Amino acid sequence: MPQNEYIELHTKRHGRRLDYEEKKRKKEARMPHELAEKAKKLRGIKAKIYNKRRHAEKVQMKKTIKMHEEKKTKQKAADTDGRFGNPAYLLERENQIRAKVLSNTIKQKRKEKAGKWDVPIPKVKGVSEAEVFKVVKTGKTKRKAWKRMVTKVTYVGDGFTRKPVKFERFIRPMALRFKKANVTHPELKASFFLPIIGVKKNPSSVMYTSLGVITKGTIIEVNISELGLVTNAGKIVWGKYAQVTNNPENDGCINAVLLV
Amino acid sequence: MPLKRKIDQHNRSKSTKKKEKDENTSETSGEEKRVQCIFKSESGETDGAPFELPIDISKEKLQLVFDAVIQNEDKVPYSFFVNGVEISESLIKTVGEDVIQKTEATIEIVYQPQAVFRVRAVTRCTSSLEGHADAVLHVAFSPDGRHLASGSGDTTVRLWDINTETPEFRCKGHQHWVLFLTWSPDGRKLASGCKGGKICLWNPQTGKQIARPLTGHTDYISTLAWKPLHLDSECRYLASSSKDQTIRIWDVIAFKTHIIISGHSGHISFVKWGGSDLLYSASHDRTIKVWRATDGVFCRNLEGHGHWVNTLALSTDYVMRTGAFEPADAKIVHQPITDTAEELSRKAKERYLSTLAIGGAQGGMERLVSGSDDATMFLWKPEDSKKPVARMTGHQKPVNEVKFSPDTRLIASASFDKFVKLWDGFTGAFVATLRGHVNMVYQVSWSADSRLLVSGSKDSTLKVWKVQDKSLLGDLPGHADEVFAVDWSPDGQRVVSGGKDKVLKIWRA
Repeated sequence: MPQNEYIELHTKRHGRRLDYEEKKRKKEARMPHELAEKAKKLRGIKAKIYNKRRHAEKVQMKKTIKMHEEKKTKQKAADTDGRFGNPAYLLERENQIRAKVLSNTIKQKRKEKAGKWDVPIPKVKGVSEAEVFKVVKTGKTKRKAWKRMVTKVTYVGDGFTRKPVKFERFIRPMALRFKKANVTHPELKASFFLPIIGVKKNPSSVMYTSLGVITKGTIIEVNISELGLVTNAGKIVWGKYAQVTNNPENDGCINAVLLV
Repeated sequence: MPLKRKIDQHNRSKSTKKKEKDENTSETSGEEKRVQCIFKSESGETDGAPFELPIDISKEKLQLVFDAVIQNEDKVPYSFFVNGVEISESLIKTVGEDVIQKTEATIEIVYQPQAVFRVRAVTRCTSSLEGHADAVLHVAFSPDGRHLASGSGDTTVRLWDINTETPEFRCKGHQHWVLFLTWSPDGRKLASGCKGGKICLWNPQTGKQIARPLTGHTDYISTLAWKPLHLDSECRYLASSSKDQTIRIWDVIAFKTHIIISGHSGHISFVKWGGSDLLYSASHDRTIKVWRATDGVFCRNLEGHGHWVNTLALSTDYVMRTGAFEPADAKIVHQPITDTAEELSRKAKERYLSTLAIGGAQGGMERLVSGSDDATMFLWKPEDSKKPVARMTGHQKPVNEVKFSPDTRLIASASFDKFVKLWDGFTGAFVATLRGHVNMVYQVSWSADSRLLVSGSKDSTLKVWKVQDKSLLGDLPGHADEVFAVDWSPDGQRVVSGGKDKVLKIWRA
């Protein structure tokens, strides 16, 4: 195995053969002919695979060419007014006000069970108990092994008090407790740092849900009152669901997408 | 009954009085604390000698005493104020306990006449008018409340039949969002301005465009203002303000630009045509400028705001908007207008002068209030001086709309800080905050009797406020999205609202 870029080093030191450029050009020019010859000669499964690849390459090339052509032609300036009409008193303020604002027209979906939703991450990889819980050995001689420590990020409500040591089966470490999540609004393409209200569903297990374990794909409820969404009756929408999109235990933060 | 005797004595010395009124006032028992009171009009004149009243006299009884003292034959309802605070329940609750300590002092009770008629508060949605293909940006009732027009982001103006609550005409002519609508004060023309800088005039009877569009502005039209009816009986002149930093006065009979006024160095956000033939323009360059409308000569520069000036309101706005139409004479079945243009103009002038006269010495002149992005408002007397009468602070976000009440005694302001605030219309003193909306308040509209107020908000609701109690009277949910425009018809029958959900809703009592 080459241990260094010795070819480049040699070229740098001694230069190339004098006819290098010409040979290269000719070889490249001959290339399509050779490929065509090969395509003709091949038979059977090899031909099928080869032609499929050639076809995909051709499509890709056409797309690239089209993109370049679009870049060259002059585009009609896009209408910057946005889709909806705005009254005169809001016209000059779009940049100031609209940044944090959502349209109510983005209809709020009915409250359904978390499992039935069309969620951003539909297929969630299961998380085994062995991965989530670490066995904590207890007793004077460390013979007992009924205690578990949660090794994933958890959400623990405000009013929670730990049980006495004798009865505490699951330990949720302080360092892995989270209160806030970065929630992205998909239509708005904006993120907000919102407080978590609760864990609605962890698809891996009901027990994780009740423990408040947050892994990738978990549905959490977040407090969106800061966003100022309102219901038809003019009340502020308080809680909404969001799905976690990252592995919080690896990243040290919770990223989620709001379900609208 | 000492009270009865006191009043009787007083009345004997002044004039003969009806006895049955005194019978009513004699219900209060004798052994109560009493205070010296005197009635005083808004302009500061006292009526009669001081007399004693029991300190727990209720508002209704005070009215009866007042009727007896002031010979109020027409039964005009009055509201009473002590030190600027309205007596809403009884005298003692308003004045406070400390008055008992100094019973020697005479309490001055200031009285203000209220509208003779009453507008009933709207409570229900009678119809949702669909038809616009985009957000409804502006709605306007005609001066007599017979016609209703709406402008939308789908570039059309629609006229609606308010009796059957159905669409009547669809007026196509604009190429861009219709931002502003205004009815001529005689109710025979409707002007609309669009984002493309075009102004169209419509005939409300046929729904057809009158002649051709008025073009000339190079940027969008922010507001339009007609010359008041008492100055211009045939409704010939129309002023428009635009983002292109000019005001144009149009002659809508010759269909040409009459005057172009330039002088602002920023987008002009509002223009108003005053009753003394002055133009007031507010701009994003932080100034309000006063122009003589006859020849466009610059008169005065009103400075004070620290940020964009968003909105203007004149104390005579409502009377000039309604022109010759008197809300007190409104009939449920509309009567056709038979008067000639000159007669209407004369009626409008009478109404204008009587509105100016409200408030005695404090009134007498048009007042202008301006709301700004610096969250403050200024009260001006622009005909007289360039010094503000008062600076009104209290809002925490930009003030989007201000409106004088039809009787000019109060100012309502709508702000992005979710509150509606009420201010004294003469001094600019703070009166009350109306809390209830959970998002930015865009527009407010007064009922013709100045007793009710409706506000439209971004939180998709309208709220009706009772001005006397400073309280929420009713919540009108129903819109699916932000409410951009609200208007209370001058005949008091209906409220219309339109918003981002493309629907126009009519609310009735």
